[in-house]
Amino acid sequence: MSGRGIRQLSIATALVLFAGFALVFFWVPMDADQGFKQKIFYLHVPLAIVALAGFIAGGVEGYRHLRSDDRRHDANSYVFIHLSIIFGVAVLITGALWAKASWGHYWVWNEPTLVSFLIVFLLYCTYYPFRYAIEDRDRQARYASVFAITAGAFVPLNFMAVRMADSLIHPRVFATSDGGLPGSMMFTFLVCLAGIALLWVTLVKLELLGKQTSGQVSRLRRALEAEGLGGGQEATGTVGRRIAPNLEAQ
Amino acid sequence: MTPSRRAFAAIVGKDLRTELRTMRSLPAMVLFAVTTFIIFRFGLDRTALSGSLASGVVWTTLLFAAVLGINRIFLPEREEGGFDAFRLAPVDRPVLFAAKATVLFLYLLVLELIVVPVFAVFFLQEWSGLVPLVVILAATNLGFAALGTLISSMAVNSRARDLLVPLLLLPLVVPLMIAATSATAPLLEAAGPSYDKFGTWLLVLGLYDGIFCLVGYAVFDFLLED
Amino acid sequence: MADRSDIAISLRGLGRDYGDRAALAGVDLELPRGASLAVLGPNGSGKSTLLRVLATLLRPSRGEVEVLGRGLPGESWKLRGEIGYLGHEPLLYEDLTGRENLRFQARLYGIDDDEAAARIESDLDLLGMRRRGDYRVSDYSAGMKQRIAICRAVLHRPALLLLDEPDSNLDPEGREAARALIGGPEELAWATGRPVTRVAVSHEPEKARAEADRVLELRIGAAA
Repeated sequence: MSGRGIRQLSIATALVLFAGFALVFFWVPMDADQGFKQKIFYLHVPLAIVALAGFIAGGVEGYRHLRSDDRRHDANSYVFIHLSIIFGVAVLITGALWAKASWGHYWVWNEPTLVSFLIVFLLYCTYYPFRYAIEDRDRQARYASVFAITAGAFVPLNFMAVRMADSLIHPRVFATSDGGLPGSMMFTFLVCLAGIALLWVTLVKLELLGKQTSGQVSRLRRALEAEGLGGGQEATGTVGRRIAPNLEAQ
Repeated sequence: MTPSRRAFAAIVGKDLRTELRTMRSLPAMVLFAVTTFIIFRFGLDRTALSGSLASGVVWTTLLFAAVLGINRIFLPEREEGGFDAFRLAPVDRPVLFAAKATVLFLYLLVLELIVVPVFAVFFLQEWSGLVPLVVILAATNLGFAALGTLISSMAVNSRARDLLVPLLLLPLVVPLMIAATSATAPLLEAAGPSYDKFGTWLLVLGLYDGIFCLVGYAVFDFLLED
Repeated sequence: MADRSDIAISLRGLGRDYGDRAALAGVDLELPRGASLAVLGPNGSGKSTLLRVLATLLRPSRGEVEVLGRGLPGESWKLRGEIGYLGHEPLLYEDLTGRENLRFQARLYGIDDDEAAARIESDLDLLGMRRRGDYRVSDYSAGMKQRIAICRAVLHRPALLLLDEPDSNLDPEGREAARALIGGPEELAWATGRPVTRVAVSHEPEKARAEADRVLELRIGAAA
């Protein structure tokens, strides 16, 4: 993974996000029921979709890590989940803002998707204390992959169960006075979805690049230390305890 | 390679024998549940429960009592110095998962056989819903057992192991709880049991159980290697 | 070139990491079947780690490892029934009796119940634990636990013995008695006709050099 693609990616992300922003505020028609405050959905829903996709992708990378024993998959899994949690915070905040604007409360229980998302979010928040509690680095990576797989399998089950429990229908958020999904809103939504997805991918690449770089620095440092101490006779002590996976050489 | 059936029977037998001898988990789970009922009686200020309230109280209590048992399921292995004795043996790793999940299932069954009648005596006026409840209990136990064994095996080798189990388990059992309570609530109505969506929820339970039994069985190899 | 089936252990450049440092590095060894090897070295030189790798409890981080003709870690599962490992921990369940522990062990190794009972009785007898076999392990002294642990390690009559300080916690009587179960290949009471390879960690270099066929000396961070 090199840093070359990042510049193009960042530019593409910025462009698409800007386009989406413009579309939302200047082009797409106002929603018949909810008016201006409905527009937060162009941010809220893409964030949620991308975050959930990120969690599931984290599970896939966890599976690939177990199969191949390649540390990079563990790093991928960690970063995917990490960023999806951050996006998740944004989902909950935008969800709360929308709920307040629509129903007067910052939280409503009759929104099954939001409730499901909260449960998933809480589960993934436990990823950190879980990783931190395991000291051996190899085992930590393996267990984290198992967690990622288990949690990834959990996401669809959870959404299904919560939805079934709640008899209230999710309010139609994409509707004009004609009913149905108008093309302009769908188009705007897709542009915003693309923009948020690109943002996620860019941030993932940035974080992975950062890890790779710091991994290379550590490797160099160890090689230098080994030289300095005459052939690696002395065991180098562990300096501090790192909970996040790094991309050092096997 | 030792045939899995033999190894499975040996592990289940050893654990049950140990529990009968030391009584380390079950009495605590039962006492905890009964005491929690009393707390609910005063906390909710009710002496009779029915429908969704009864369902919620009994399942919440069973869940927390189950967590006590789940915390301790790998205790003998931890005491004997990790899983080494098992790992040295020519046995398929998932056999340990299946054996421990079975033991946990049995603990939960015994817990419920004692605790649910107590609950009925304390709070229920209409008992005919208890018979179909057995089906829900069994189906939910399987999910608890699979997930509990999986989480417990990960937590047993880490620091803060007592905290880790509830922390990880609780979000993961939400769908299980939703299905269990939703199926139970109509059974415990004061006017008599109704089977509203009973089949649907049972299917959800089955799906959950199937998925997590599969996940647990598949990943257990990786949890035991070093 | 020797026929590979004559070689019990073949190590080339074996390394095993522990966190950021190497517990083992660059270990080479070729040990024929039926030979006995003494592993020497100061504390922290990786002797226990080496034994655990050979016992398939740890995966090698680097290098090639072949035990009894099988490559680790890929073929570890084929190997387990033929290895007898005695570590620092007795690996016994505290709430079961000595006999129950051994019977459980026998079942895990797929040994037929009658055969297992016969072996257990004869081995307990050799180590003077017949009477106390029915006490709970939690009531045992360290020496008694070690004796049961020794029985546990050889119950399945392995082809390779991996012993980490087997004499620890044993009085001179115990050490003498144990030789029938885990002593040098000629002393074993149960290995009639089969070559048993023996690898033992020792803290007595003179004695080890005198008794063993080969000696492997580990230094911290490397091997001699």
